[in-house]
Amino acid sequence: MALLQADSSRTRANATSLASRTLPRGTVPGLGIAACGLAALLFSVAPFGGFAGYVVFSGLLFLVAQTATSFAVEGRRHAVDRFASSLVHTTFLIALLPLLSVVWKVLAQGSDQVNGNFLTHSMRNVGVSDAGGGIYHSMVGTLLQGLITSLISIPLALLVAVYLVEYGTGKLARSVTFFVDVMTGIPSIVAGLFIYTVWVLTFGFERSGFAAALALTILMVPTVVRSTEEMLKLVPNELREAAYALGVPKWRTILRIVIPTALPGIITGIMLGIARVIGETAPLLLLLGGTDSINFNALDGPQSALPLFIYDQAGRPNPEAIDRAWGAALALILIVMILNLVARSVARLTRVR
Amino acid sequence: MAKRIDARDLNIYYGSFLAVESVCLSIEPRSVTALIGPSGCGKSTFLRSLNRMHEVVPGAHVDGSVELDGQDIYADNVDPVTVRRTIGMVFQRPNPFPTMSIFDNVVAGLKLQGHRSKSELNEIAEGALRAANLWNEVKDRLDKPGSSLSGGQQQRLCIARAIAIRPDVLLMDEPCSALDPISTMAIEELIEELKRDYTIVIVTHNMQQAARVSDRTAFFNLVATGKPGQLVEVDRTAKIFSNPSVRATEDYVSGRFG
Repeated sequence: MALLQADSSRTRANATSLASRTLPRGTVPGLGIAACGLAALLFSVAPFGGFAGYVVFSGLLFLVAQTATSFAVEGRRHAVDRFASSLVHTTFLIALLPLLSVVWKVLAQGSDQVNGNFLTHSMRNVGVSDAGGGIYHSMVGTLLQGLITSLISIPLALLVAVYLVEYGTGKLARSVTFFVDVMTGIPSIVAGLFIYTVWVLTFGFERSGFAAALALTILMVPTVVRSTEEMLKLVPNELREAAYALGVPKWRTILRIVIPTALPGIITGIMLGIARVIGETAPLLLLLGGTDSINFNALDGPQSALPLFIYDQAGRPNPEAIDRAWGAALALILIVMILNLVARSVARLTRVR
Repeated sequence: MAKRIDARDLNIYYGSFLAVESVCLSIEPRSVTALIGPSGCGKSTFLRSLNRMHEVVPGAHVDGSVELDGQDIYADNVDPVTVRRTIGMVFQRPNPFPTMSIFDNVVAGLKLQGHRSKSELNEIAEGALRAANLWNEVKDRLDKPGSSLSGGQQQRLCIARAIAIRPDVLLMDEPCSALDPISTMAIEELIEELKRDYTIVIVTHNMQQAARVSDRTAFFNLVATGKPGQLVEVDRTAKIFSNPSVRATEDYVSGRFG
């Protein structure tokens, strides 16, 4: 109550002036340093331990100190503002933490492995406990399977999205949307089992890179449909009407106005889809067969792939295999990153000016 | 070039909702006809039904007929795409295509209809931009994006784009409502020049503008919300603004309501 009164009397006092009291410069960093110091002191005397505990404790201390100081000096609104923005920054850092630690760990463990030899040799005739060998066969497999998946998925997904946004009305469109949503949630092992049942057991084909690509297609189509649909919906209706009013047929309006306008977003969606399926492991376990040799033919004979290779090598007891798994993990991350960079530059070239 | 339009007993629907009721209106060639009236009275809806843009909205349809020099544009064997190539349209908000340069925007209609040689396109683009009083401002930066222009320039770009396909009629849906007075003046002067070659129909909320640019004025009104809009009267602009024959028109143009 007393605080409230103090607050309102300050408001009255400042009623004629636009300026109000603010924390002097350097207060916030000062409080930060003080909080760290106090926490260090506490941790050295009291029976607390651990670096993580220290970070959390000093962070909390800082949050309390900053909010209290701000409340006393600047008033309620500023205190709430500072508290909220500290909270937002903290949660951002927490969200970033696992990502950074994954990248850091893979870089640290894998960078020694990835070299010319590792990237250009297969595992053929390399014993499990031998050093050496490489991931060339797996990279070939991953890239080929990714390519086949993209070749099937992208046209299919784009056409479905165009149908849903530009043509679809009524029951059919609603059920397509519903099933696309359902398919987004299909566990990848189920997609793998489905293709295994249909392609291998029913039709009697061998396990191959193509069979794996079919399962990956089931996983990729819904995500690309979803993102493309959102991007197409963002294209203002005015542009479609402007084209119609110029006597441009609908199909040409879609092809030359709507899709180019949405293209950067569509490309981003496709890249996210590729990045998702390229790291998928479960369907590969069922459908790829797996091999130590290089196989450029996705239709004939077993292939390897990076996720499968990582799974295989990481499960072995000897350190050489585990090192190879780290190297392959790094290569997989790099491939996804390079694909992303390429897509971003393509998107930039085609962006809406 | 420049054809007349006759709307006969035109009822315009959104789904089952009758938005505009039994309009009979003749639009003379080589003249400017202004459509005025309060918001929601169906002026824009009527305008959009004149080049079959109305039916772009799902569920929207019309009955009655609209004749372009005696030919019904709603006949079964008429392709709406052909109608729109003959009757061009300029919208309320400037809407240049964001992925295209100024040049490509002007010739978008021709390019997207296919055919035409590069030199022919150059010629048509210059002609359309000159006709839209924009050539001198953009001739040195035709390859810049259309969205880099100011609002008034963008609207003139859209007019250039509409006349580049050489329509017979030009429909304008409040073409100046998003523009400042100077750009508005530029567009009004342009309308004055364009009416030598085109039949122009313009929807406007600005009664001074209707009085300035139009030869004939049609007043639309709404009996009550939820009821369909109606054409109250159409006459020479001077008569509508000085001595209209219907009381409601006089009330509206003199500012007593609306």
